[in-house]
Amino acid sequence: MIRILRSPFSQALTALAVAAAFPAAAQQAASADTITLGAAVSLTGKYSTNGKNTQDGYELAVKRINEMGGVKVAGKLHKLKVIYYDDESTSARGAQLVERLIRQDGVQFVLGPYSSGLTKAIAPVTEKYGIPMVEGNGADRDLFTKGYKYLFAVLNTSDYYLRSAIQIAAENTKMAGKDPAKLKVAIAVENDNFSKDVRDGVEEDAKKYGMKIVVDDKLPPELNDMSATLAKVKALKPDILVVSGHAKGATLAVRQVSQAQVYVPMLALTHCDSAQIAEKLGKAAEYATCGSQWDRHLAYKDKWFGSADDYAKRFETEFKYDPPYQAAESTASVLAFVDAFERAGSLDKAKVRDALAATDLMTFYGPIKFDKTGKNIAKSMVLYQVQGGDYKVVAPSKWAEAKIVFPAPPWDQRK
Amino acid sequence: MSSLTLLYDAPALWLQIIADGILVGAIFALVAFGMALVWGVMNVINIAQGELVMLGGYVVIYLAKAGMNPVLAVPLAAAVMFAFGWILYRLVIFRIVDKDLFISILATFGLSILIQQLANEIFGANVQSVQSGLGSFIFADGMVAVGKVKVLALAVAIVVGAALFFFLGKSRLGQAIRATSQNARAARILGIDTDRVYALTFAVNAAICGAAGALVAMTWIIHPYLGLTYTLRSFMIVIVAGLGNIAGVLFAGVGLGVAENLAGFVFGAEYQTAFIFALLVVILVIRNLLLRRSRRYLK
Amino acid sequence: MSARTAALYSATLAAAIAAPWLAPEIVTQLAFLWLMILFALTWDILGGQMGYNSFGNVVFFGIGMYACAVVQRDSGLGYYAALFAGMGLGALLAVATAGLLGPAVLGLRGHYFAIGTLGLGVAAGDLAAAIEYIGAGSGMAPPLYPGEVGASQRFFYFVLMALAMATFAFLRWLYSRRFGLALNAIRDDEDKAEAMGVHTTRYKTVAWCIAAFFLGLAGGPVGSLVGFIDPRELAFAGSTFGVWMVLMAILGGRGTIWGPVIGAAIFHLTQELFWTYLLGWQRVAMGVLIVAIVLFFPQGLIGWLRHTWPQRFAAQEMK
Repeated sequence: MIRILRSPFSQALTALAVAAAFPAAAQQAASADTITLGAAVSLTGKYSTNGKNTQDGYELAVKRINEMGGVKVAGKLHKLKVIYYDDESTSARGAQLVERLIRQDGVQFVLGPYSSGLTKAIAPVTEKYGIPMVEGNGADRDLFTKGYKYLFAVLNTSDYYLRSAIQIAAENTKMAGKDPAKLKVAIAVENDNFSKDVRDGVEEDAKKYGMKIVVDDKLPPELNDMSATLAKVKALKPDILVVSGHAKGATLAVRQVSQAQVYVPMLALTHCDSAQIAEKLGKAAEYATCGSQWDRHLAYKDKWFGSADDYAKRFETEFKYDPPYQAAESTASVLAFVDAFERAGSLDKAKVRDALAATDLMTFYGPIKFDKTGKNIAKSMVLYQVQGGDYKVVAPSKWAEAKIVFPAPPWDQRK
Repeated sequence: MSSLTLLYDAPALWLQIIADGILVGAIFALVAFGMALVWGVMNVINIAQGELVMLGGYVVIYLAKAGMNPVLAVPLAAAVMFAFGWILYRLVIFRIVDKDLFISILATFGLSILIQQLANEIFGANVQSVQSGLGSFIFADGMVAVGKVKVLALAVAIVVGAALFFFLGKSRLGQAIRATSQNARAARILGIDTDRVYALTFAVNAAICGAAGALVAMTWIIHPYLGLTYTLRSFMIVIVAGLGNIAGVLFAGVGLGVAENLAGFVFGAEYQTAFIFALLVVILVIRNLLLRRSRRYLK
Repeated sequence: MSARTAALYSATLAAAIAAPWLAPEIVTQLAFLWLMILFALTWDILGGQMGYNSFGNVVFFGIGMYACAVVQRDSGLGYYAALFAGMGLGALLAVATAGLLGPAVLGLRGHYFAIGTLGLGVAAGDLAAAIEYIGAGSGMAPPLYPGEVGASQRFFYFVLMALAMATFAFLRWLYSRRFGLALNAIRDDEDKAEAMGVHTTRYKTVAWCIAAFFLGLAGGPVGSLVGFIDPRELAFAGSTFGVWMVLMAILGGRGTIWGPVIGAAIFHLTQELFWTYLLGWQRVAMGVLIVAIVLFFPQGLIGWLRHTWPQRFAAQEMK
């Protein structure tokens, strides 16, 4: 019941009641001492897991900032508020909704949606209206080649998710006295923006080491079974199997690889933490390697939340689950806005935009500094491996908690 | 086509692909049994079929969380879904029994959206699954591995098929169901409570879907939006096999599973779905052309 | 046309033309309203007048959208030239597809036709998502409209308005000819119609081509209006647009000319309201609405009006 009480339905009812009672108040978004941000996130549809993470991340940031008094702009304190719409995980809706936020709700600052595809659909709209958008969930490289001026991303582009997996495999092979060019790579990614960009990054790095790509499948988005691809993997015996398909792809891959006893020395995934593979799939997830934007064990700190681990603890008490990186980067997006408001000393969208472009900020999520195209160049990705039922950072070496196990032991030698 | 040479070089792969296909197909066949039953008896095409599967999956997930062995939870999932089906009939389905088929398609489509979204709110959108703890059978030096749950799925499909066959053919209640499907009015005149027969039919369908969902939760994954996959596949199977042909449904289901897996292997996974739906259209058109020779058409 | 009807039509036209200036914030939603009207009208050619319930009409819409986007990308023409050339090509390809598939698929009857076309819709979306030339799963982004902020919505509003009105006018004319009667004859009893000498296959195919033509034209502007083409969610959106067109026509009253228009307007308005006020639950409300429409209004609003006030509505409604 608690779930239902906290659900959007009660919020919607409240909104409805408020709108009915005070039509004027509901119409006017930016009242005197409130800064209103707008966001279209996926509350229903295929991205709703990660869409929820995104919303929770935004909400926690807003709560924390308001708790601390608010945002100080030109000597005056302002509270933060976010208007949400549900884009139903479809890009057509996303673009329409952002326009609605801007034109009907009068929102001047937009927070990103979940997923690259939706960000791609929204960016032309915010660009057109000259509305700054800070996002933490659209990682496709393509977004940063279009010359957008109002788009800022706190995260690393998606081609970086699994580059380090290829790299670490190559290094370990070299150390074992073998030739990394002999490694074979199998790729199975969901047929969408994000995963195809992950794939391209892997392909580029694999080529650099002279590795051969033996399987290159694109999985349909209503993916429920990948046994055909796994049959191929079994026959071709690659050294690295790369699977990317949001939370669903990660769960499915771990589960079917173990069930069909497909042996690969390295299984490289994305979205392991939001899919909670170690918690939910137990031994089957052991030795899976995952690219991630953030981890609670990293030693970053800020004035809002303290350390990364403090953030994670706060998040857990609020929302009763471990924060996946999708939530952390959403929180960081709000922080980037807050920092820019304070430095701009104004709520003029052009001034805020310029302040954003000059961001040089340390957060619990990592350093944020945007290049000309709007992507964060100060932060790097981390790579985990599931070891003993827990996610251990194995790369980059600066943060590594454990050494990677590569090649992973064959199935019959695992207990 | 490198995939084809691969099949030639490693014949054991055939075994793996076909085994996987048969076992996926068995689950499709289970769902299709239910669809054929409801269609044949009540003249209702149930688009919310996949949602019943999804709910069955959630029942097992929650039972397993409560500490129950998921394999033993399969019949319980069926029982819970039987009750759910009965209630659903009393609330909505009874209104569409005597209506145009198209009305039933649209109404159950609305129901499917409703159930999906409620599941999203109640269970959350997270992908969930249950560990059956059964492991896999390994053949041919590890080249072929078959999950034991999948074999269980095939067994359940065969048992359900056989049970349906005997239930409809021999029992009193089965005879009442058949009588109602042949001529509801006459059945009513002869004292059969057709409303009860319909409720029972729909509930049995929901129970079968529930069992299928339980198996899906142990083999693959459960999330609120998986329904359409099962609805469309089961529909295809019923069309190919025809109504009232229980063995045909099983074979068509298995055949579909194998065809789909082979297509995914040979053409690449991105064409798997497109292939299956193109195949559906082709099957329909060909069946129709064959009938046209005798100036009849599919109905 | 009586004076009253003429006055009604001109008032509607004037309101439609003034709308972008009266309500500038919701121009996009209004543009989509015209699209919904076009969807419902074109669906009703087969679904209402001819009795063939298609779930696959989105195929033509998607083809039109992609064809237009490709022309805009590759032709090197100016913005307007490329857009209109693209729309033309889109319509042409859509009609060609309908003409080729028609004789085979329209041989199916009843729900087999419904499900066959549903299969076509899903297969088309998945194929589009596998073809690299049109961006595959990453979709395509049509070029931006050259005007200032807000002008693009207005422009596409008028394009879609013109298309919807043209569809309406054409269908009104069409249904008053022998062609309309032939379609109705097929709906009422196809075998008898054939026995009477109606070339049913030819009529059915031509009717489908007409629907394809208008849908193909509409694809391009919608792609440009939204700004991002996703293969399964916008172009070949079978589970949304594909089903909505059916529901809108049924809600208003199938087999009439005004039914789809009214149905589309009510449906679109309700949906926008749900979406604004029932955040996260809008699809639950939608599911309830669909079930309610189908269970309680299977004849549609027009059918209900005629049934309730026969003397007022039955005679006036034109076929």
